[in-house]
Amino acid sequence: MVSFIGKSIIQKVITLFFVSIVSFLIIHLAPGSPSQVDPMNPKFTPEMVERFRAEFHLDEPLHVQYLLFYKDLFTGKTISWRDNRSVLMKIWERFLNSLPLFIVGTILTWTLSFPVGIRSAIGRGGVYDRSATFISYLLISIPGFFFAYILIILVVTRFHVPVIGMETFGTGAVSTVQMVMDRIWHLLLPSVLGATGGIAVLSRYVRSQMLEVEGQDYVRTARAKGLTPEQVHYRHALRNALLPFVTMFGLILPGLIGGSVIIESIFSWPGMGRMAYEAILARDYPVILTVNFISAVLVLAGTFISDLLYMVVDPRIRL
Amino acid sequence: MERQFASSDMFVEAPDAPRKTRLEIFWRLFRKNRLAMFGLVIFILFFFTALIGLLLTSGQDPFFDPAQVRLQEKLRPPLSSPNLDSLRPDEVPRLGIYLFGTDDLGRDVFSRMLQGAWVSLTVGFVAVGISVLVGIFLGGVAGWFGEKRIGMIRILFAILVLTGAVLAASGAYLSFFWFLSGAFLCLIFLYGTRGRDIFLLGSISVDNLIMRLVDIMLCFPSFFLILTVVALLPASIYNIMIVIGLTSWMGTTRFVRAEFLSLREQDFVTAAKALGVGDFRIIFRHMMPNAIAPVLVSATIGIATAILTEAGLSFLGFGVPPPYATWGNILSDGKRFIFDAPWITFIPGIAILIVVLCFNLFGEGLRDALNPKLRERG
Repeated sequence: MVSFIGKSIIQKVITLFFVSIVSFLIIHLAPGSPSQVDPMNPKFTPEMVERFRAEFHLDEPLHVQYLLFYKDLFTGKTISWRDNRSVLMKIWERFLNSLPLFIVGTILTWTLSFPVGIRSAIGRGGVYDRSATFISYLLISIPGFFFAYILIILVVTRFHVPVIGMETFGTGAVSTVQMVMDRIWHLLLPSVLGATGGIAVLSRYVRSQMLEVEGQDYVRTARAKGLTPEQVHYRHALRNALLPFVTMFGLILPGLIGGSVIIESIFSWPGMGRMAYEAILARDYPVILTVNFISAVLVLAGTFISDLLYMVVDPRIRL
Repeated sequence: MERQFASSDMFVEAPDAPRKTRLEIFWRLFRKNRLAMFGLVIFILFFFTALIGLLLTSGQDPFFDPAQVRLQEKLRPPLSSPNLDSLRPDEVPRLGIYLFGTDDLGRDVFSRMLQGAWVSLTVGFVAVGISVLVGIFLGGVAGWFGEKRIGMIRILFAILVLTGAVLAASGAYLSFFWFLSGAFLCLIFLYGTRGRDIFLLGSISVDNLIMRLVDIMLCFPSFFLILTVVALLPASIYNIMIVIGLTSWMGTTRFVRAEFLSLREQDFVTAAKALGVGDFRIIFRHMMPNAIAPVLVSATIGIATAILTEAGLSFLGFGVPPPYATWGNILSDGKRFIFDAPWITFIPGIAILIVVLCFNLFGEGLRDALNPKLRERG
């Protein structure tokens, strides 16, 4: 166990190192340079460009830039080229905005897909199963931005509540209840949208996992013993079908920083995805690279946690 | 080879009943799946629509002109007839009516949809083609040559040369010089030690190397990476295809590798090896047909994902430069008029939905029909 953990951590650190190199190269080798962001601006004289380049070490050779950048990142001193603010602070602010979306979306995904998937599996081939299958294909296939507009039209015309942004502008003097309701309405659509794809995929996965377990010999034995269908389904089958999902908790982690660019743009939600998008447009390399680095760390940590969880729940893996 | 044996040996018994080919068995199973058949039919329809659309909307004087601006006819609803008094004869839509309405510049949405169909189709196929090629190649190498080991110095050398080449291509000559001298040092090392590993740096197996590469690629958040690269590169549809292709081969690599690892232990591969068949012939002639099923399924679903990704990029304003229409940018243009002219949003949205749905259903049907467990039962 300990040797597995050690090996795994070393391997992941090496992977991270290469990720940092590859992302750095991708960013810096693309045509165009950040000092040319605003060539039409009359204030942007050649001297300014030179000072800018010197300030951000852009005149150094690339490998020196690489070392300088990651030194800054690890000491927490990276600053955004756009507004000279600390990148980590910027990310933290946006992260706090994205967090509610992530939490509500994850709760929706995990609480809805299990009942749907289990019921589909138990009534396999029935009306419920077939309609659930078709609806989940629809939800997987619908472009997120299109679905967003359908929901916006629906909510705005039926319920007459504003949904764009994080809160309604200019509601300073209303009661707390109204403010909370306002917040919830604004939170609802983006998080539902963020969850739809997950619900569709996860419920299909629950269904197939459940079907596989229901076909096992021990489930047949349980039936033959004369147990009630409820006991067979929920005590014998479901417990074993749940096994792979425990490990999926680790894989949620990368979603923390993922924040959908498209959904956040549509709803003007000042979250992570939007910040990354704006950084890309402005060629704000420190922000792009830092977001990329953190998300790589989260992906690796997620797989690590899911490996560990697998070892905890499945004794066959523990060698 | 088999045929030669059959003709020279007249006593070979013909099989008693006509055996069904794999394709027939597959088709029998596939046909039963109504959703998948629906997907296939829509796919064929879409394919021809896109092809006809390309023919009718391109050229100097296209039959349907997607770029024809009629400002006096803007935001007309679908199926409305044009106001003939205000239009010059060459501005009148070919069908006599605006089948899908017009947008905010009075352009015929139907023509623009036809033009955009081809973009969606090619993006899907080219991107997935690239990812499948890369995936099959790397997965095949990892699965077949997996145990071969490469010394660390050689890997270091390859990395230095590659990075150096990339640096030189981008004009960072000073860094390039450092990397080149590093690579040169490695070369001297290799010759000096005659390939022996005297510094005990160890070696790494090919399989391990490729799978770590997959791990590295999986660390990047894919849509964010695509967005970054597409935003930094000049706007062109080919860049999008290549970038989507190069960021989505990891699944295929894993499938092919897994299939190869189990296939190469089987008797027919041992037999082929014993007959002296070459590595590449074994890989492509004997093993690939047996390993292709999961690749086909993931490729079909990959097309759906690629179409969605392209639409998302167009929606954000990246990709094909205007005035060229794609379904994503028609929708993106229409979103400003969503309450006044909902058709500009709904027509491309529903079109994307149907096409992506058909690929997903078709892929799932393929998965079921190619599943050996079901095949035996059927």
